[in-house]
Amino acid sequence: MTRSYSALTLLRQGLTGHKGWRPAWRTPEVKSEYDVVIIGGGGQGLATAYYLAKNHGVTRVAVLEKGWLGGGNTGRNTTVIRSNYFYPESTALYDLSVRLYETLSRELNYNVMFSQRGMLVLAHSDAEMELSARVVNAMQINGTDAELLGPEQVRRLAPILNTRPDARFPIHGAVWQGRAGTGRHDAVAWGYARAASALGVDIIQNCEVTGFLTQAGVCTGVETTRGTIRAGRVGAAVAGHSSVLAGMAGYSLPIQSYALQAFVSEPLKPVIDTVAFSPAYGTYFSQSDKGGLVIGGALDRVPSYGQRGNQPVQEAVLSGLIEMAPALARVKLLRHWAGIVDVTPDSSPVIGPSGVDGIYLNCGWGTGGFKAIPAGGWLFAHLLATGDHHDISRPFDKSRFVNGHLVDEGAASGIAH
Amino acid sequence: MQIFPCPFCGPRDEREFHFAGEAGKTRPDTTQTVSAENWAAYLYDQRNAKGAVREIWVHQPCQEYFILERDSVTMQVTGHQQLRKDQP
Repeated sequence: MTRSYSALTLLRQGLTGHKGWRPAWRTPEVKSEYDVVIIGGGGQGLATAYYLAKNHGVTRVAVLEKGWLGGGNTGRNTTVIRSNYFYPESTALYDLSVRLYETLSRELNYNVMFSQRGMLVLAHSDAEMELSARVVNAMQINGTDAELLGPEQVRRLAPILNTRPDARFPIHGAVWQGRAGTGRHDAVAWGYARAASALGVDIIQNCEVTGFLTQAGVCTGVETTRGTIRAGRVGAAVAGHSSVLAGMAGYSLPIQSYALQAFVSEPLKPVIDTVAFSPAYGTYFSQSDKGGLVIGGALDRVPSYGQRGNQPVQEAVLSGLIEMAPALARVKLLRHWAGIVDVTPDSSPVIGPSGVDGIYLNCGWGTGGFKAIPAGGWLFAHLLATGDHHDISRPFDKSRFVNGHLVDEGAASGIAH
Repeated sequence: MQIFPCPFCGPRDEREFHFAGEAGKTRPDTTQTVSAENWAAYLYDQRNAKGAVREIWVHQPCQEYFILERDSVTMQVTGHQQLRKDQP
């Protein structure tokens, strides 16, 4: 394993024909027992493993991935990282994530390319401007950065947007979060995998969980396609397939799985250097370093486990893009895909005990799990190491559906992602 | 574009339909005291099965609720039934 990445190692490798690079993480044999087994080798699972080792000294940890690392939603999102939520509980959670992302490349010695290019959430009427002012006030009171912009400021930040008064939805202003931005999604998974592996975590790919071992109602391990693995605690971080595991283990979840589509265009010269989101059009986009427009929108309307999209939402998202920026009407799509997301009734995640002793949950991120990877991992590691909630994850316990303390972000902010 | 069957209007564009929930849930008996856990389970918990599912959908133009059977991976529709008891 290459010990440390730096300009110097890159130069040295360049001079020797790049023959000396080693795999970024170990491929160990599966052991028969671990202190913690994490199901799911996406960003959330790998970050959890890293923080278990780093923050809590728990290194007898395995991450089990049925496919390849980051091959689920970590590799299928639109890479937006932000904390422009409404409720204090959400801001505490997502802003922890943004703060961890700010230092992540240095911490992991792996460039996750977090680019704090800012995000615009457009307002298209006087009423939306009033609600935007309310959101800005809430965000500032909750301790994150937010600014209310007028139409001229929006035009200066993103001249590609249609700011004409005769637009279908004229732009009255926007909520601006300057610390928001985009990251390199695969690098987040790979960086956490490399750092966790260096701390002793076993990362096992092509290993699907097929059942749970229980003794007197307590989960004591998992059955997998690579044999039985005993575990002190089991953590499930399997976005999109949480209900499948729940069915296997015998706990219930308030989750419905949907496909969420995303699109990348052919590479263009730079046309936008921020993230622009219009709730009214139901479309958001940014531009990657390679020049492709990265475009997203709302969930598909039909519950699904098929990792592909369907036409009605594709039409809605792309027609929204063209209304937002008519100059992009003739841009061709390069790729188009979908991931399966866990949607909860209040659009907030579920972190906490599952209802079966020994199994803990990190799921229900819906359309917004990527931005929350560092925080989700940090909090889930705390839960798995101590058996108890971190203060920031406590409001997201599954018990909120019984006691009624929902964190209803979907309804409050109208933000789908 | 997928075509979904409405038991009343026949085959129609999927955009005319709205997903209402999983079929087969029983509303708690409100003549008895219902615990918060049972209410929460009725309101929020979903089987969310991967594969064959049985769901309640509404066809928005005619506003009729009905049962749709389909596969949640392949998206193939395998059957549909009306919920009305007064119909043959």
